[in-house]
Amino acid sequence: MAVRAGYALALLLAVVILNFTLIHIAPGDIADTIAGDMGGATEEVMAQIRADYGLDKPFPVQLGIYLGNVVRLDFGYSFFFNTPVTSLIAERLPATLLLVFTAQIFALVIGVVLGVISARRPHGLLSHFVTLLALFGYSAPVFWTGIMLLIGLSLLLPLFPVAGMIDVALIDAPLWRQYLSVAHHLFLPALTLASIFLALYSRLTRASMLEVLGADYIRTARAKGLSERDTVYRHALKNSLGPVVTLAGLQFSAVVSGAVLVETVFSWPGLGTLALQSILARDTPTILGILFFSALVVIVGNLLTDLALRLIDPRIRGGGG
Amino acid sequence: MMKRFVAASSALAMAVALQAGAALADDGAKRGGTLIWAVQNTPRHLNPAVQSGIATGEPGNQLFAAPLRYDEDWTPQPYLAESWSTSADGLTVTLNLVKGATFHDGTPIKSSDVAFSIRTVQENHPFKTMFAPVDSVETPDDHTAVIKLSKPHPALLLAMSSQLLPIIPEHVYGDGQDPKTHPANAENVVGSGPFKLVEFKRDQHIILERNDDFFIDGRPYLDKVVMRIIKDGAARTIALENGEAHLSGFEQNPRDINRLKKASGVTATSEGVAYAAIGPIAWLAFNTAADGPTGNKKVRQAIAYAVDRDFVNKAIMLGTSTPALTGIHPGSPFYEPNVETYDLDLDKANALLDEAGYPRGADGTRFKLTVDYGWAGIKAQAEYIKPQLKKVGIDVEIRSSPDFPTWAKRVGGHDFEMTWDVVFNWGDPVIGVHRTYASSNIKKGVIWSNTQSYANPRVDELMEMAGSETDPARRKALYSEFQKIIAEDVPVYHTYALPYHTIYSDKVGNPPVGIWATVSPLDRVYLK
Repeated sequence: MAVRAGYALALLLAVVILNFTLIHIAPGDIADTIAGDMGGATEEVMAQIRADYGLDKPFPVQLGIYLGNVVRLDFGYSFFFNTPVTSLIAERLPATLLLVFTAQIFALVIGVVLGVISARRPHGLLSHFVTLLALFGYSAPVFWTGIMLLIGLSLLLPLFPVAGMIDVALIDAPLWRQYLSVAHHLFLPALTLASIFLALYSRLTRASMLEVLGADYIRTARAKGLSERDTVYRHALKNSLGPVVTLAGLQFSAVVSGAVLVETVFSWPGLGTLALQSILARDTPTILGILFFSALVVIVGNLLTDLALRLIDPRIRGGGG
Repeated sequence: MMKRFVAASSALAMAVALQAGAALADDGAKRGGTLIWAVQNTPRHLNPAVQSGIATGEPGNQLFAAPLRYDEDWTPQPYLAESWSTSADGLTVTLNLVKGATFHDGTPIKSSDVAFSIRTVQENHPFKTMFAPVDSVETPDDHTAVIKLSKPHPALLLAMSSQLLPIIPEHVYGDGQDPKTHPANAENVVGSGPFKLVEFKRDQHIILERNDDFFIDGRPYLDKVVMRIIKDGAARTIALENGEAHLSGFEQNPRDINRLKKASGVTATSEGVAYAAIGPIAWLAFNTAADGPTGNKKVRQAIAYAVDRDFVNKAIMLGTSTPALTGIHPGSPFYEPNVETYDLDLDKANALLDEAGYPRGADGTRFKLTVDYGWAGIKAQAEYIKPQLKKVGIDVEIRSSPDFPTWAKRVGGHDFEMTWDVVFNWGDPVIGVHRTYASSNIKKGVIWSNTQSYANPRVDELMEMAGSETDPARRKALYSEFQKIIAEDVPVYHTYALPYHTIYSDKVGNPPVGIWATVSPLDRVYLK
């Protein structure tokens, strides 16, 4: 466990240094952004901005100052918004986590169910339909899927809201109504984000189940007289979930980056939109803060995957790690 | 003495008449309701005194009032100043403030706040020309502000709109902190305007509620204004179509505009003088100081003849934009359409290039040029001139920039030959037009300065004179000559005025469609 923690720290440090360097190399800086945002600025104003934010110091000095602050958990102030980076991230992180976890759950549940259905009748009509649907979701660009869903389920059939996380009119309503509104707003974005990974999980479940269903102990269970339902769900499913959960863990970082596009289409106020905006604005402290916390989220996600695997597959418990 | 008295009293009479007129126009207005306003970007903060732009302006105009307002056309209307007068020599402008106006925390609005606000804008706002001639602001009593100018400054009246001179409280901002980063800019805003801030959640919404103690009786009509920040254009269009949002301004995507024009229950308009105080003009800029061909006036004129302005307006902008023939917006009273328009003429273009000393080579090419563009919305324009200029033997390479700061760095650093750009007039030419053509504003490293390195002493002279000419007819004549010369010299080739549209639902009464459009106070807007 200590070795794991060591690796995690080294990874975080590498992420910070690499990204700091990359941002520094990109042409333009916050002074150009602010000048653009303001519709023009004078040389004096721009020089003042650069001096205020320490951008006139040599690169190694800037990096050193930043690292020194990070070690003390001081992530600085956003150049663009003039608020502490930690509070900007704290504002947005819950929204992204909600989206990402819901999307993963949608993808896993729907994917596994579809996979099981197609494994039970591998050459049936339903199985082919499931395969087609899954491939479609996988190959269509996620922002296209999002806009199509918006047009279909928000404009043509006004079932879902078009943007945002919550109905602003409910600002004084009781909590349960607010939660319901968030769920209503969450459905389309989570479904969009899930559509990419649905394919993977359903195909993998199908393949994994087919393999397991051909194993000896399944034949034994059937011979024993166990009902088909018991055979499939109690024995086969649990054993075929291993690969799917592993994949889900590996895909975690892909889900987090896919969230950027989905958040943009649905105006979901998460870290994704903040990240994109900060990069375009060259808001260095915010970008680095977000990248640091994203790396942290991915590391934690992988740890959770390991735990889940241990729960499902007793052979993995004990030893190692 | 007599002249001054006549001037002052006629101004007073006019102001009173206008006030009465304004009240009549709101017949049928109903009180109450919440307006849902879809906006395009998250502002950095909510104080337009230290920040230009639309993202801050849209909420800022609701939170802060100003001495004057321009609801429909270019005629100034009383706002915090119930009357005003200019001395005969044009060096003194006196504002008589409304009595009984208070800030959101109950403190009375005094002339010292007006003086403080002008000083704050002078020191912090990026547009230095707005109040540069203001030497001092005297405050003989709490409701009189006397602005003393170093030279006549006709742009002053427009500069006193709430987009450019919001009246901010001295007792909050005078505490020694830098006004640009003051905490009151985004939280617990103490404003002077028709609406108070309830909540500002970045990338989500800005919630405003009626200021019950607003100094105009009975206004604002709306109980609440909810500004929903929806960055994606398609999502905004859907929200306006399905009624989730009642209002949106500065919509400029031709497809979205045409779609909304056809939709039922909404109106998409850019009629008359709408957005004329923003005055956005798109043009193809040339680096006149480059070693290469763009330094030659004949080459620039040839390119102007070769690029078809009509095609850009009809095919690329899908007929939604208005052609722009000069550096001054078509909706401005100073617009001069009788200039060389460079209508499509490939023969003339070819002849000029030959004359300039750039004959065609064996393969038909005369020379190569690069064209830059800074954002996706203007990409099609950059791509269009490649095949078009090939017809006259110019080989164009399109240089794209991944984002705005990259492009701004290039163009600001004069590292370009041609670039597409959009620059705003900001109402009076002194504020947003002079900066592009003044030889004194050639500043490397600063975007939207005179990045073309254009220098014409007569143009400098004309702008200097027109900037301080108080007689409207003489001023118009000066700007006419100015526009004719820059059309002749072509430091930039003006193509179209951005088709900013205001979209509003049938439920909205008195929608903001005047010269400032949605960057004006919405106290007269109501829901039917």
